[in-house]
Amino acid sequence: MRELPTVHKGEAAGAAGAPPPPEPPTVSSRRLMVTLSVAGAVAGLAIVLVFGWADPRIQAHRARVLREAVREVLDAPDRYKTLYVTAGGLSATPPPGVDTLAAEKVFLGYDAAGQPIGYAITGSEPGFQDFILLIFGYDAVAGRVLGMKVLESKETPGLGDKIIKDEEFVAGFRDAAAPLVGVKAGRRTGDEHEVDIITGATISSRTVIGIINHRLETLEPLLAAHRARLAAGETLAAGKEEGP
Amino acid sequence: MRATTARYDLIRGIWKENPVLVQLLGLCPALAVTNTVANSIAMGLATFFVLVGSSLLVATFKNLIPHEVRISAYILIIATFVTIADLVLAAVVPLIHKELGAFIALIVVNCMILGRQEAFASKRPVGRALLDAAGTGAGFMIAVLMMGAFREILGNGSLLGFSVFGESFEPWIIMILPPGGFLTLGFILLAFGWWRERKAEVIRIRQWPHGVASREEAA
Repeated sequence: MRELPTVHKGEAAGAAGAPPPPEPPTVSSRRLMVTLSVAGAVAGLAIVLVFGWADPRIQAHRARVLREAVREVLDAPDRYKTLYVTAGGLSATPPPGVDTLAAEKVFLGYDAAGQPIGYAITGSEPGFQDFILLIFGYDAVAGRVLGMKVLESKETPGLGDKIIKDEEFVAGFRDAAAPLVGVKAGRRTGDEHEVDIITGATISSRTVIGIINHRLETLEPLLAAHRARLAAGETLAAGKEEGP
Repeated sequence: MRATTARYDLIRGIWKENPVLVQLLGLCPALAVTNTVANSIAMGLATFFVLVGSSLLVATFKNLIPHEVRISAYILIIATFVTIADLVLAAVVPLIHKELGAFIALIVVNCMILGRQEAFASKRPVGRALLDAAGTGAGFMIAVLMMGAFREILGNGSLLGFSVFGESFEPWIIMILPPGGFLTLGFILLAFGWWRERKAEVIRIRQWPHGVASREEAA
C-alpha cells in the first residue's frame, strides 16, 4: 500500500505514541483565569482599535453605495432629500427614539429647477435563494417607475443573478406604469404596465416585480399625502438635503 | 520530535504537505469561495495573515500559556486575527468582502490554522514557527488560486475579470456553482495523486535491483 502523506509523522508521535511531555503537575485555577482574562482583554483592545479605524470607512462605503443607487434610479437628480416613513406620513425629521440608520426611509429627488422628480424607495422580499434588496425610483405624479437597481441578492449565478446583469430586464422597468405586470418573453402586448420576465429566472424576476408593487401599495397613501403637502407650499428647505 | 531544517520548515507546507492538496485541510473555504480568482486571492491573503499572526503570538507566548487552557488561548488569538481581517477587508475591499460573506468569519474554524498552532508553533522557536506558517499559508494560497483560476476560466470565461475566450465562449455555469468546486477539487487531487504515484514509481525503477524490485513486491 502507498504510504499515507507524512502529515505529522514527527509531530504526532509525541502525542500518540510516546508519553506526553512532562507537565507541571498542577497549575492553579487562578493562573488559568488570569491568563485567559489578560489574553481576552488584549484581544478586545486590539479589535476595538481596528474597529475604530474600519467603521467610518465601512459606513462611508454604505452611504456611497446608497447615494449612487438613488442617483441611478432617479435618473441623476440634482439633489435629494431623505424622508422618514412615520405613522403620520412622510417626515423630514426622524421619528423620536428611532435610530436614523435603521429607520424606514424614502428619498425625494429634485431636478436643477427645484422641482421634485420622484421618490427612491427601497424594498426587500425573499427571492429564490435569500432576500433580494432593491431600490427603485417612482414618479408619483405620473404613476411610473423611473428605474430599478438590485442592491443585495444571493440569487444563483448565471440564472437568478440576471436580475442584476440582464440589462434589458433592468431597462424594462424604466417608464413602466405601476402596478407592474410580469409577462414571459415574447408575450408582450404593448401594455405600459408590462415588464419582461427573464427565462430561467422566473422566481427572481417575479420577486423583483412583487417587491415594487407591494412597496407602492403600502406607501401610495403616504406619497399622495406628501405630494399634497408639497403642492400646498411646504418649502423645499425643510429637512436634510444631500448633493448627488 | 524530528529535527528539520529551516528551509524544509518553509517549503514543506507549500508542496510536500500542502494543506489542501495533500493534507486535505481547510477544504471548506477552498470549495466555497474559489469561484473567482479575486475571491481566492482575498481568502488566501486573509488566511495567510491569520495563520502567520497566530503562529507568531503562539510561538512567542508558548511558555506563558498553561497547558490546560492552550486550545482556548489559541482560539482566542486566532479569532482576534480573523475579526481584524474581517474588518480590514470590509473597509478596504467592500465588494470582495460582500462576496466572501460568512466565510471570512469561518476562518476561525479552519482546522489547518489551529493544527499548525498545536502541532508546530507551540513547540518551536518563533522564527521556525513563522517559516512554517508562511509556507503553509502560501501552500493554501497556491491551492485556492489554482481552483479559482480553473473555475473562473471555465465558469465565466474570464481570468481576474478579463475575458479569456471572447464573446463566443459559452460559460460552464456549473463551474462557479458549488458542484464546480467539488469537481475542480476532484480533478486537481486526481492529477496530484497521479503525479505522486508516478514519481514514486520512477524512484522504485531507478533503485532496482538494489531497492524494491517491482510494485507487486512493494505491496
